Amino acid sequence: MIIAFIQRAIMQGIPLLFGSTGEIITEKSGNLNLGIPGVMYVGGICGVIGSFMYEQKATNFVPFLAVLIPILCCLLGSLIMGLIYSVLTATLRANQNVTGLALTTFGVGFGNFFGGSLIKLVKSDMPSVVLSKTSNCFKTELPFADKLGAVGKLLFSYSFLAYTAVIIALIVAYIFKHTRTGLHLRAVGENPATADAAGINVIRYKYLSTIIGSMIAGLGGLYYVMDYASGVWSNDGFGDRGWLAIALVIFAVWKPDFSIIGSFLFGGLFIVHNYIPNLTMSDQEIFKMTPYVVTILVLVFVSLRNRRENQPPASLGLAYFREER
Amino acid sequence: MAKPEKQAHEPLIHIVKRITGIPAWQAWLIRIASVVAALLVSAVVTVLLTGENPLSVYKTMIEGAIGTERRIWNLAQNLAMLLSVSLAVTPAFRMRFWNIGAEGQVLIGGLATASCMILLGNKLPTPVLFVVMIAASIVAGAVWGVIPAFFKANWNTNETLFTLMMNYIAIQIVSYFCYIWSNPKGSGAIGVINLNTQIGWLPAIGNQKYLLNILIVAILTAVMYVYLRFSKHGYEIAVVGESENTARYIGINVKKVIIRTMILSGALCGVAGLLLVSGTDHTISRATAGGRGFTAIMVSWLAKFNPLYMILTSFILVFLQKGASEISTKFGLNDAFSEIITGIIIFFIIGSEFFINYSVRFRESKKGGQEK
Repeated sequence: MIIAFIQRAIMQGIPLLFGSTGEIITEKSGNLNLGIPGVMYVGGICGVIGSFMYEQKATNFVPFLAVLIPILCCLLGSLIMGLIYSVLTATLRANQNVTGLALTTFGVGFGNFFGGSLIKLVKSDMPSVVLSKTSNCFKTELPFADKLGAVGKLLFSYSFLAYTAVIIALIVAYIFKHTRTGLHLRAVGENPATADAAGINVIRYKYLSTIIGSMIAGLGGLYYVMDYASGVWSNDGFGDRGWLAIALVIFAVWKPDFSIIGSFLFGGLFIVHNYIPNLTMSDQEIFKMTPYVVTILVLVFVSLRNRRENQPPASLGLAYFREER
Repeated sequence: MAKPEKQAHEPLIHIVKRITGIPAWQAWLIRIASVVAALLVSAVVTVLLTGENPLSVYKTMIEGAIGTERRIWNLAQNLAMLLSVSLAVTPAFRMRFWNIGAEGQVLIGGLATASCMILLGNKLPTPVLFVVMIAASIVAGAVWGVIPAFFKANWNTNETLFTLMMNYIAIQIVSYFCYIWSNPKGSGAIGVINLNTQIGWLPAIGNQKYLLNILIVAILTAVMYVYLRFSKHGYEIAVVGESENTARYIGINVKKVIIRTMILSGALCGVAGLLLVSGTDHTISRATAGGRGFTAIMVSWLAKFNPLYMILTSFILVFLQKGASEISTKFGLNDAFSEIITGIIIFFIIGSEFFINYSVRFRESKKGGQEK
């Protein structure tokens, strides 16, 4: 049972990991993108639309295409979301909080709208959006997972997107710590005016980090639908995971490698109420609160200790205008 | 405006902040233009999805929003609720305290109201009950608001993220009590509280059950306008928002202002919760605040934190929601359609602010490096 719990916790954690890695990249450039929940919805639904079309149209079903098409659709959709945010905040210097919230409203609406109306819009005769064939392709496990017993289950039983999430997080952590690009990005987030004076193209960094961040976060939505939910889209099924991903950014103190562990922990906290015996329905609701409480504690703790390397990027949430120094 | 000039590489477009600002009528012209543009885009989207001609789309929207007397009352009620939350978040925003926890503050206020209605409904005489209810909702909202403010004032803890997390804690607490008090037992929903006795319900004036809500919010709007514009507190809030250092220099106790303002903000959210529970739904659930805590932020920001303009901006948003939901009903589409339309409109209005605050100048001549 413990193994099953850890396995489920990790599966719960993966969408959060995608979301938080994306948001960390974005926040490192000084953009607080509160649109991440919306972006993740859009990523999920764009993947669903893509694979729905493919399952409907394709005469012979090629697994490779069935995986590739949703991923491309998902990346495209979340790219556009990131672009909207960047244009409004970096170029038009709009307020980041308002833009982000509008993006979330839009994205969640977009997801639920197409999730609920897709069948009617394409005049299909399917009763609901169920993409089990595509989902099976996404869920392909490593062949030797079964043979290795508990270790195999714990380490190798996930789909390729789950490993992708971990790899992306590790790569991003490496880039932040050891490359010039990472240094520049952090400079932009800490003090854009200084970065600009040092010859770093602030606007370009803000654009790229926000867009790449959105695309990574979008994959989280796709993973949720295709893998966790077995290809069944249900409206509002994704729930508050987008906000949880933002919470995870704080929990991981803006470090993507921490957020790998953090995401599994959050995933565990998210479902632990299912594994504690004799819990009433009302007590379960109290347990679902824990990830948020933990996040607040971390936030408070970090600000109390006031260590420089654990702080949010200094210019987080502020628009940069070169002539306004 | 002096910018280190590179002779060889002068950008084509040069953006300059408008120092004096532009005349009010021009600013409004830009805003109206953005709303019109947004309506056009929304119409195009709607037409693409429904295949209906654009004029009848607008007609459906107008009918859906203000087609019948009942709908007008509904619109007014929704407007009042959104406006009350927007009023609540505004003082904090003027102080540049990004309270995005209104959703949670409203819910906790509503929960306090609901608990009074459930637990004290039969025990207290009605006037006393109302006093207790109002006090409870105000205190609950204020407590929920002041916790992040306390940490912000003392240790500069990021308030955006803190208040955001407080929302979900409030939601879970409400869910918890929804199970505790669920009716029928175990359903996880409370149902209408005191359905037969109507104890703790805000009374209807005449035959209009929502009129009292609307009047209360109207009064709050006027009071808030005066408070922010003419009171010493309002002035202090504005100074802290502009620059904390300036505020400190002229002897304002910044910590005190932050905490006091967030108590006010949270308390008003609590009142909004009271209006929603006691005056509107007569029940509570996770969805009682219904995203208004987030929409209110946009309402307040779009109105430049001016309570009177907020009437207009919340009207626009509520009108769109009602109109778009009518379209989705009529064409059998999902009702999330209204959120898409709202999103589009807000993107346009947010974008238009740029053209009010900045002017775009093109490079004057190809080699001329002189720019003013």
